[in-house]
Amino acid sequence: MNAAEGAPPLRPWHGHWLTACIAVTLLPHVEHLPIWLSASCALLLAWRALADRSLTPLPGRALLLFVAAAIVAATGIEFHHLLGKDPGLALLAGFACLKLLEARSLRDGRAAVLLGFFLQMGQFLNGQEISVAALTLCGTLLAVGTLLAMECEAPWQTVIAGAGRLLFMAAPFMLALFVLFPRIPGPLWGLPADAFSGLTGLSETMSPGSISRLIQSGKIAFRAEFDGEIPPPRDRYWRGPVLSVFDGRRWEAGFTTLSSSPPYEVSGKAYRYRLTVEPHNQHWLLAMDFPAADDPRTRYSSDLRLVSVAPLRSRQRYELAAYPAARAGQREFTHVIRRNLRLPEGSNPRTTALGRQVAERFEAPRHRIEALLGTFRELRLEYTLTPRALGLHSADEFLFDTREGFCEHFSSAFAIAARAAGIPARVVTGYQGGEINPHDGSLVVRQSDAHAWVEVWLPESGWQRVDPTATSNPTRIDNGILGALPDIESLPLFMQPRMAWLRSLQLRWDAVANGWNQWVLGYNDERQRSLLRGLGFDGGDYRHLAAAMVTLVGTLMLGFVTWSLRRRRRGDALDRRWQRFCARLSRAGTRRADWQGPLDFADLAAARHPSLADDIRWIGGRYAELRYGRKPPSRQDLADLDDRIKHLDIR
Amino acid sequence: MTAAGNLIRQRLGALLDRRLFLVRRSEPLPARLGHRRIFVLPTATGVAFGLTLLTMLLASMNYVLSLGYALTFLLVGVGLVSLHQTFRNLIHLELLSAQLEPAHCGQPALLRLRFRNPSDHARIGLRLRRTGGGEAYFSLDPHGDTGVVVAVPTSRRGWLESGRLVLETRYPLGLVRGWSILTPEARCVVYPAAEDPPQAFAAAIGTGQSEHAGKLGKDDFSGLREYRPGDMLRHVAWKLSARWDDQFYTKQFDGGNAAQLEFDWFRLPPELGTEARLSRLTRWVLQADASGLAYGLRLPDRILEVDIGAEHRQRCLRALALFGVGDERG
Repeated sequence: MNAAEGAPPLRPWHGHWLTACIAVTLLPHVEHLPIWLSASCALLLAWRALADRSLTPLPGRALLLFVAAAIVAATGIEFHHLLGKDPGLALLAGFACLKLLEARSLRDGRAAVLLGFFLQMGQFLNGQEISVAALTLCGTLLAVGTLLAMECEAPWQTVIAGAGRLLFMAAPFMLALFVLFPRIPGPLWGLPADAFSGLTGLSETMSPGSISRLIQSGKIAFRAEFDGEIPPPRDRYWRGPVLSVFDGRRWEAGFTTLSSSPPYEVSGKAYRYRLTVEPHNQHWLLAMDFPAADDPRTRYSSDLRLVSVAPLRSRQRYELAAYPAARAGQREFTHVIRRNLRLPEGSNPRTTALGRQVAERFEAPRHRIEALLGTFRELRLEYTLTPRALGLHSADEFLFDTREGFCEHFSSAFAIAARAAGIPARVVTGYQGGEINPHDGSLVVRQSDAHAWVEVWLPESGWQRVDPTATSNPTRIDNGILGALPDIESLPLFMQPRMAWLRSLQLRWDAVANGWNQWVLGYNDERQRSLLRGLGFDGGDYRHLAAAMVTLVGTLMLGFVTWSLRRRRRGDALDRRWQRFCARLSRAGTRRADWQGPLDFADLAAARHPSLADDIRWIGGRYAELRYGRKPPSRQDLADLDDRIKHLDIR
Repeated sequence: MTAAGNLIRQRLGALLDRRLFLVRRSEPLPARLGHRRIFVLPTATGVAFGLTLLTMLLASMNYVLSLGYALTFLLVGVGLVSLHQTFRNLIHLELLSAQLEPAHCGQPALLRLRFRNPSDHARIGLRLRRTGGGEAYFSLDPHGDTGVVVAVPTSRRGWLESGRLVLETRYPLGLVRGWSILTPEARCVVYPAAEDPPQAFAAAIGTGQSEHAGKLGKDDFSGLREYRPGDMLRHVAWKLSARWDDQFYTKQFDGGNAAQLEFDWFRLPPELGTEARLSRLTRWVLQADASGLAYGLRLPDRILEVDIGAEHRQRCLRALALFGVGDERG
């Protein structure tokens, strides 16, 4: 390659394409980029657009270098570091715009398009919804169009159509590679700490307000598809982090051990279901109480959870069973029991006093719990999404002063009181309820279904669930949050009853999104293996996959090439019949010379094959008649000719 | 070392040309580009595109981005399709004819080619390049044909072949370069470069009073001869020609006072070398022809009698071009 080849200048026409391509590529990024960067990018793009209309000159190299340095510095200040997902994407976006302003030759332009591809890819780090995919596809179309426009000058409609055709033809390759390219689970190398920062969900601690913040989000936490019967709402407790350490304000998870078999006997009614968990970058699986799984990716923790061996960084599917009636923890370690009785000195004195009072009045643990629940009911606590802020002794203030709170207040206060009453108790966070999507029958559990409840340990029956929220609002358990909150206005918009149509639309969309999640985003090594097993390939070893992939892609490519190598068949229907006739005679040794007309040739062939003379003469004569006659041959004429040729018995 | 290296490179190049690129010395026309003659390789942009895809694939694996895989594979597909489209842009293209126009040494000879597209799809962004020479860009409509002119550089008088032409395209995306090597059968004579600045031709003029017969002028009618292309139309004996079938006659005149130009190799200054002599004579032929003078040419191996007209000029130039080269092959 000599230098001259890259030198063709970038003309305004190309500049327009590039600007459009980068602008559309950056569009989905705007939501995640710092405002100042989005504004700078818009400014740079506008500059290029003006320069291509000869309204301003392009900036000089020195100015560009200065802007580049400024962007790097500002990014460093904004994110406090430069290596990571967010600053990386920010820098990439800035540089793509700068490259655009710097581009003077076609080569520069192409480099900018390649940067654009990177940016389109980077978009997926922030989200992979259908809408994002659609926007990215627009960007890709424009990027391919830009490359095309650099090779051929044509109206933009033609270029877009050409780019669309290229993408359309590329689709089979994409499909083949997507399905067959051997998928490797997990990251190849260490990820930057903020790689999954965008994932929201429960956390490993609970303090007042942490769950009510979560509840504002309509994001899906997980889905469950039950085989057969769907359990009633009161059984739908999905277990997340179990918090047994209380420091006066915050609840934290305690130390647990993992084992590959459940620490309880599975018994009673079983529900089988498939759980599809959205990634949350943590280990917990949010299985329904009490879980049993036959899956090498999972372990049972000593606090009765089902956890994943690796953090969930991508959407995962699990085949699980739930035994709501099983008894768990009948034989518990003493150190666990002791930890679940511990309260920090001097914290929440009034609640502690309440617990002690109850302990004095009742002997049996079961009665003490009844009494506590009764007290909660008598206190007429209000269940609200927007409780007033609480001070140092949050449980005290909740129970005796403000008397309004959300599930985290109820569960925290109850656990403290129970511990004070001498009953081992802990807070369990997770989700409760969920909504059945009428369109695909799956149970959808959203972040807004997040919940916290209490588990108490009774010597004879082990760990027992107690949901103190029900003391204020029993409907929370059966009807979900929608039925539980009196102040509808404070609900997120998507949950308000008068927005029923919106909700129905959302459910429909959820069903589509679920398919997308299951089959596109959730397509991983495991899915791949089971799909191939379904297609009859055993093992699904990566070598098989690679072989199948290469074969399929090769076949596709061969198909394309054969398609372009084929020449158009010469002649019409009549000619094809005549050629067939000549070919048959030729195989029998009588070849038609180019100069021979049909009648001449028929005479010659008739002389060579006397037994068929009549037929041959008839065919030759008929062909000449139809070919050179006035009337175009009818369907019947052709069929007759066909028939005679077919029945020609040449040896 | 370098010499040996050069030799090896030359031999290897020749072998590749023959075996891989199927280059023939000169191919008869019309020629159709078959699939064995079309070659495709990624361009620098194509390689960069490939590296971009590789990076994107690694990122998809690392961050477990399903859509990242999808985008990467879509672009892999785009790359493969563009490979195919580049190939398709050249396949079955027909070179109908090639004509090489004579030129003076040092000036480019024009090679006129005619391409035809026998297919239903247009051919876009084609580039025809003569190695070391000019290049031309063209496109072809479905079933269309077009003329293409490229300059062929000349560095030596004598025979010139069309040489090695590269027909290439980067359509559609510039990621892949597809090319085919053409060596159409076409040749022409390269005349010697005309001397610059021109020298007055007095020195080498034979006055022509006595020794050479048939010095022709315009003044006195001296006889008739058969018409030859290039004779001036006003010298044609129309009346006479009309009387006989099939044949035109040209009137011949004795020069009288007109200058009789005879450019003689042997009267040129002895210090001039062969090429310089040819160059000077070429200039004189052109000058004389431009002034409408009759002139003759005396070369060591042949003598061209005094005459005028375009055909005569061409005969003279051709004789000068092929001096010492041979008429048949260059």
